[in-house]
Amino acid sequence: HGPYQPHEPGYGLYLPGYSPYDDQIPDPKSRMLAIQNAKAYLLKSSTTSGLNLYDHLANMLTKILDEQPANAVDIIENISKDVKWAQFQKKMDTLRDEHEILPTFEAAEKHKALFLKANGEDEELEEEIGETPLPNVMETAFYFEQAGIGLSKDETYHIFLALKKLISVQPIQTCRFWGKILGLEMNYIIAEVQYHEGEEEEETEEEEVIEEGGTGMGEVEDEDEIEKEDKPLKSTYKPPPVIPKEENGTGANKYVYFVCNEPGKPWVKLPPVTPAQIVCARKIKKFFTGRLDAPVVSFPPFPGNEANYLRAQIARISAGTQISPAGFYQFADEEGDEEEEGEGGRDTYEENQDFQPLSVAEMVNSLSTWVHHIQSILKQGRCVWFNPFQKSEEEEEDEDEEEEKAEEPDELQQEIGPPLLTPLSEDEEMQNIPAWTAQASTNLIPQYAVAILQSNRWPGAYAFASGKKFGNIYFGWGHKYAPENHAPSLPPPVQAEYPRGPEVTETRDPTLEEELAFKAAKEEALAAAEEEEDEEDVEDDEEDEDD
Amino acid sequence: MEAASLPAALELAAGGGAGLSPEKRAVLGASLLLLQRDYRFERVWFWGCIQGVRGAYYIAEGLGPDRAAPRSRLYSLNCVEWSLLPPATQEMVAQAERLKGRFQGDPSFEYEYTEINAEDAERLFEDGEKPMIKEEARLVATVEQIDREVGIIPRGAFVKTPLGSVCENRNFEGLSLTEAKKLSSYFHFTEPVNLKNKTLLEKADLDPSTDFLDSLEHDIPQGSWTVQLEKGGTVVVLRSLLWLGLTFYHVPMTKQYGYVYFGTGEKNLDLPFML
Repeated sequence: HGPYQPHEPGYGLYLPGYSPYDDQIPDPKSRMLAIQNAKAYLLKSSTTSGLNLYDHLANMLTKILDEQPANAVDIIENISKDVKWAQFQKKMDTLRDEHEILPTFEAAEKHKALFLKANGEDEELEEEIGETPLPNVMETAFYFEQAGIGLSKDETYHIFLALKKLISVQPIQTCRFWGKILGLEMNYIIAEVQYHEGEEEEETEEEEVIEEGGTGMGEVEDEDEIEKEDKPLKSTYKPPPVIPKEENGTGANKYVYFVCNEPGKPWVKLPPVTPAQIVCARKIKKFFTGRLDAPVVSFPPFPGNEANYLRAQIARISAGTQISPAGFYQFADEEGDEEEEGEGGRDTYEENQDFQPLSVAEMVNSLSTWVHHIQSILKQGRCVWFNPFQKSEEEEEDEDEEEEKAEEPDELQQEIGPPLLTPLSEDEEMQNIPAWTAQASTNLIPQYAVAILQSNRWPGAYAFASGKKFGNIYFGWGHKYAPENHAPSLPPPVQAEYPRGPEVTETRDPTLEEELAFKAAKEEALAAAEEEEDEEDVEDDEEDEDD
Repeated sequence: MEAASLPAALELAAGGGAGLSPEKRAVLGASLLLLQRDYRFERVWFWGCIQGVRGAYYIAEGLGPDRAAPRSRLYSLNCVEWSLLPPATQEMVAQAERLKGRFQGDPSFEYEYTEINAEDAERLFEDGEKPMIKEEARLVATVEQIDREVGIIPRGAFVKTPLGSVCENRNFEGLSLTEAKKLSSYFHFTEPVNLKNKTLLEKADLDPSTDFLDSLEHDIPQGSWTVQLEKGGTVVVLRSLLWLGLTFYHVPMTKQYGYVYFGTGEKNLDLPFML
């Protein structure tokens, strides 16, 4: 029976007066012809694509009826496009068979390599279970996670395995996951490591580029006295004395740092840090790119490349934010004054075997329950002050003594920093913001809460303490927080080129009026002199013949 | 990020070290759903967390049928009870831009103006108001600024219907890997500013249903976005350098994407020196 209701499909087609062909073709035979014509038209292949509308509509309707999407009428154009695309894909099958080697596959290979056990490891397993330098990264990550800090579990586990690989390759005594520093192109994963004593390789020391102006000066001045030609004087500029870096294993170089861009990539050792680098790093603020050999373009010019800048920032962050509960570490020897050594304080500590952990509430409420266990870095850039004007064997021997006395500035004041193991309550605030924010990880279950500290001076530095366990970590971009905007240092004032003396004085260039006046005066003098010369002509001729 | 996919999304956006504790994750799963019920939102997004000195603000956004309409924002100090924030006005944003320093963590904290021109001070004193701004207003203005400047979506994720409203594109299957590494495949999810300035030639290539927003290509300064592949190249993560802490993630060839902010709520004005 035909459709009687308006909503049924086909309604109106058979009723007189409603069909589209009604007024044109009343005759059923002609209607069949019209239908065939219409179908022939639909079957006509397109000249450009070779498809025909009939097949396309059939495919489309098949797809719609198969998939039955909701509100198909709204996305009908997209369905049509998808059907057309599907046509293309079939034709290009032969090309598609070449599997693309996506970079994702290579990365997955590297990650898989982490999980494979190296040969010969099974034999060593027994020994390792005892004392291993490998830190329990997952456990630390668990505590930090209670505060919402940390990487995803996958990444943490990859880092765990990467650290294990590092330990198997290098002779390492202690190892710690220091943190992650983000960069523009790639990130850095950093491990803090201490070698076994005596195992460390001696690095070839690079020649320091900064010359001591004194030596150059001494040699050239002799030449000047010999030759009396008018040569431009050599500059008397003496660069400030180079402050030597601290020995590996002490001060800012106490730990060695290894970095990699992603777990699975090889670990690269960072060079030790020099005081000049730390001093410069304090003045600049640059993002890390992720490539260790990238130059650091800045003013004042940074003495080194990104590896050095990274190492300097790591040193600063460690010195500022590595903390532990008070009492966990104690000084090795209790005797004598701390001021005895004068230039440093203690720099060694050991674990306190009788450490009694405080409750979480106490750790959170008062900052004096936490102490820094890394020496702070002085303004000079070292942890232990160094007097550059001491006469020591390292200085060149052929410096003129006279020069030194003339040019030596006043004795530098010895810089003293806060001693090791100072409590956090001594940390300075910035503009009414305390240096640290302390919270308990949860208020709902205080029995198992963890005390969490976030640094406000170095955003991204966190520390936790729970019972006898504690840890530090850093996740961030590697910059200090500054309430004011960063103002780059201005270039230094223009140096006077030559020392003033009777031979050479600097004066201003003469103005136009002065020049004209001088010229007029000179012409007058010349005119006067010519009259005198005329009288002495005969005598001059005789003198010229002698020369 | 979508409230429904919060746990998975947090894992993908955790490359920067910031995330939520299990407790917060658990409570958000429930409280965001309740927000949806109470305020009759169609979608609820967990916007992120602004860390103050003494506490943190957790922000959620609710979207109505037109996804491009101004969103309702709510904040909470503990992820359990949420309060609606007033809509941001131009004046609020202008005032908040002058404030510097961290958020305190207390919504009723009042900031005093440290720098005011003589004219402004006169004007304000004439009205009888004291030049104070509450932290709540600063919060509103900051969230609005962040959304406006660095809230992004992948190209094709949203379509503009002929009626003018914006809704999700059901045919969006995700960006391909090559597309995902380009900045031109991402749009600011806010009123477009530069669209009219494009040349006719460029406009001819655009598809008005999907290309109705500004792309990231012409952001000033150039280089204020970092594009990285994480997790072995399976996730594309964009981080903003202008507002440190904003992370956008997208898994290519899937529908997973979203952005979240974990940070101190301060604009990085030193950006030109740092690049």
